[in-house]
Amino acid sequence: MDTYKIRTEHMTVGYRGVPLIRDIEIHVRKGEILSLIGPNGAGKSTILKSIIRQLALIGGTVYLDGRAMRSLSEQTVAQSMSVLMTERVQPELMTCGDIVSTGRYPYTGLMGVLSAADRRKVREAMALVHAEELYDRDFSQISDGQRQRVLLARAICQEPEVIVLDEPTSFLDIRYKLELLSMLKQLVREKQLAVVMSLHEIDLAQKVSDHILCVRHNAVDRYGTSEEIFSGGYIAELYGITSGSYNEAFGFPELQAARGQPQVFVIGGGGSGLPIYRRLQQHGIPFAAGILHENDMDYPVASMLAAEVISEHAYQPITKQTLQSACAVMDACRYVFCPCQTFGPLNQANEHLRQRAGRKLCDEIPDLPCEA
Amino acid sequence: MEEKRTRRYILSFGMLAILLLALLIWNIHSGSLHLSVSEVLHILLFRSGENAAVIWDIRLPRILAAVLLGGALSVSGFLLQTFFANPIASPFILGISSGSRLMVSLALVGALAHGLIIGSALMITAAFVGAMLCMGFVLLISQKVRKMSLLIICGVMIGNICSAVTDFVVTFADDFNIVNLHNWSMGSFSGISWENIYIMAPVVLAALLLTFLLSKPISAYQMGEVYARNMGVNIRAFRLSLILLSSLLSACVAAFAGPISFVGIAVPHLVKSLFQTAKPLLIIPGSFLGGAAFSLFCDLIARTAFAPTELGISSVTAVLGAPVVIYIMVRRRMQAG
Repeated sequence: MDTYKIRTEHMTVGYRGVPLIRDIEIHVRKGEILSLIGPNGAGKSTILKSIIRQLALIGGTVYLDGRAMRSLSEQTVAQSMSVLMTERVQPELMTCGDIVSTGRYPYTGLMGVLSAADRRKVREAMALVHAEELYDRDFSQISDGQRQRVLLARAICQEPEVIVLDEPTSFLDIRYKLELLSMLKQLVREKQLAVVMSLHEIDLAQKVSDHILCVRHNAVDRYGTSEEIFSGGYIAELYGITSGSYNEAFGFPELQAARGQPQVFVIGGGGSGLPIYRRLQQHGIPFAAGILHENDMDYPVASMLAAEVISEHAYQPITKQTLQSACAVMDACRYVFCPCQTFGPLNQANEHLRQRAGRKLCDEIPDLPCEA
Repeated sequence: MEEKRTRRYILSFGMLAILLLALLIWNIHSGSLHLSVSEVLHILLFRSGENAAVIWDIRLPRILAAVLLGGALSVSGFLLQTFFANPIASPFILGISSGSRLMVSLALVGALAHGLIIGSALMITAAFVGAMLCMGFVLLISQKVRKMSLLIICGVMIGNICSAVTDFVVTFADDFNIVNLHNWSMGSFSGISWENIYIMAPVVLAALLLTFLLSKPISAYQMGEVYARNMGVNIRAFRLSLILLSSLLSACVAAFAGPISFVGIAVPHLVKSLFQTAKPLLIIPGSFLGGAAFSLFCDLIARTAFAPTELGISSVTAVLGAPVVIYIMVRRRMQAG
């Protein structure tokens, strides 16, 4: 048996015989999640549709549990791979229970009548995604979040080894996004499924995926572990981020910083600076932040939003030179904020800065001048 | 809940069966010739009496045709609605009936010009060819346009073109033929012979049986093509069989009864509402029973409302069926809005 549940060899995908993305090589073991990320229209869905045989392969081979998929019957594939795609399902007069029951289709007889065991599996799948109470509800009359859960239950009910999901979290609010991905992660762990999915939410992709395939300009740009992909400023490059920035370590975006001569100096630290940095960014006021240790939680945001950051090496006391350059920057600013309230042995220099600020020191953010 | 649903299904089937039975009795009993119930029973059982011919040669074949063709039309409508994922798709709306009618009229007129009379099997064949041609057009269009309303409009246009050509053919046919053709091209269950029934019944029943055996993939297809494929349905083979079966069913109707409007939309919809489900396993037999009953009822009105003048069957089905279609469209619009 192949160690990979799903594996592709020189897979070339496209429409109507025209290749779009060539030589895609992916491999997913059981218990692993592979996410496809990349800009809109890069070809993520095309890859997924080709894996599930909705689109004919232009070249190469997809192996499902070691067997070439083109040699497998529909029934065999259905019994080991299930899907949750973006196509809007709008069936007439179907309850959620009916929808989930369709997952049992590959296991029923000629007329598709469910056995008692099938019915039990439907109930179990719905319980797994906490949707038991939806069993008798009309599928067209539930919320988007509930709908995705029911469709996930349907996919699970099919007892697959591989699940393919196309943007399962789009159109869901944050609560349901987290809920759906948590459920998925749990299922993958418990049932040792292999998952291939496309995600728009790169922050979540980073956290939920074992491996990530980056698709850009109709080509596979990179393929690696989550840690490999989310490093070295690659995400900004992948998406061509020009205004604003993306923090890869934590997975959050910040809007474009105000550039120019700093007008305001912010003495932050320990998270106290964050709201002020963001407020200043919203007002479009260029500011300087200091003195921050490089391991301070204010530091990543300050370096994304401030025009200038005066920093000190992690775990080191602030040196005279650093203090001096901070003083020089602060003296050139018209206002000083000091949200930092606690001063210890390592940030003594900041207390000194505050005293030096004197009458430039402001307290209230609304007092900010908006002339900049 | 599961039990409640099962009870609903049984009750619904019971209702349809009783309705059908009642209409059968009513139909066989009523007509321009007044017969008492005992007379009718006597004739049915012993096939003798002075009025045996009226019952056996006129009313019975007509009733059987209404049952078979009405049922076939509804099931065909249900198949097309599933195929196009459109609640108002039907052989009539998509122009398939009109295509059949055109081919049948061409065959009839052509044969009559050579002094030949066409048998039932040939009529079905001609109708089937016409149905497939129009279906081909509709499928071509449906690949180009994803918008369902546009598909319907194209279907209606195709239907109109075919009807226009049919009228043209009928107009230029010999006088004697027109009388026959006129009746048929209006849509009617009259003039059905036992010979017709012997051909029609096996074809319709076989197509219905095959359709019923397709219940499982049809139910998968109701989720959309992507999911159906993932459930293990061979989409290409399935789509082909669906097209062939729905065309064959509607071709039978067009060959023997001409154009009958709205039954194909109204009946499946009413049956789904009655059963409160769209499961093909239930709706296919349900639609057959419902379509049979609906056609019997409409034919009864067509025959007796202005007796001795007969109405075209479509005049009746349209009056009863069109409001249902309007209701479906308005409700969908309201749900979408």
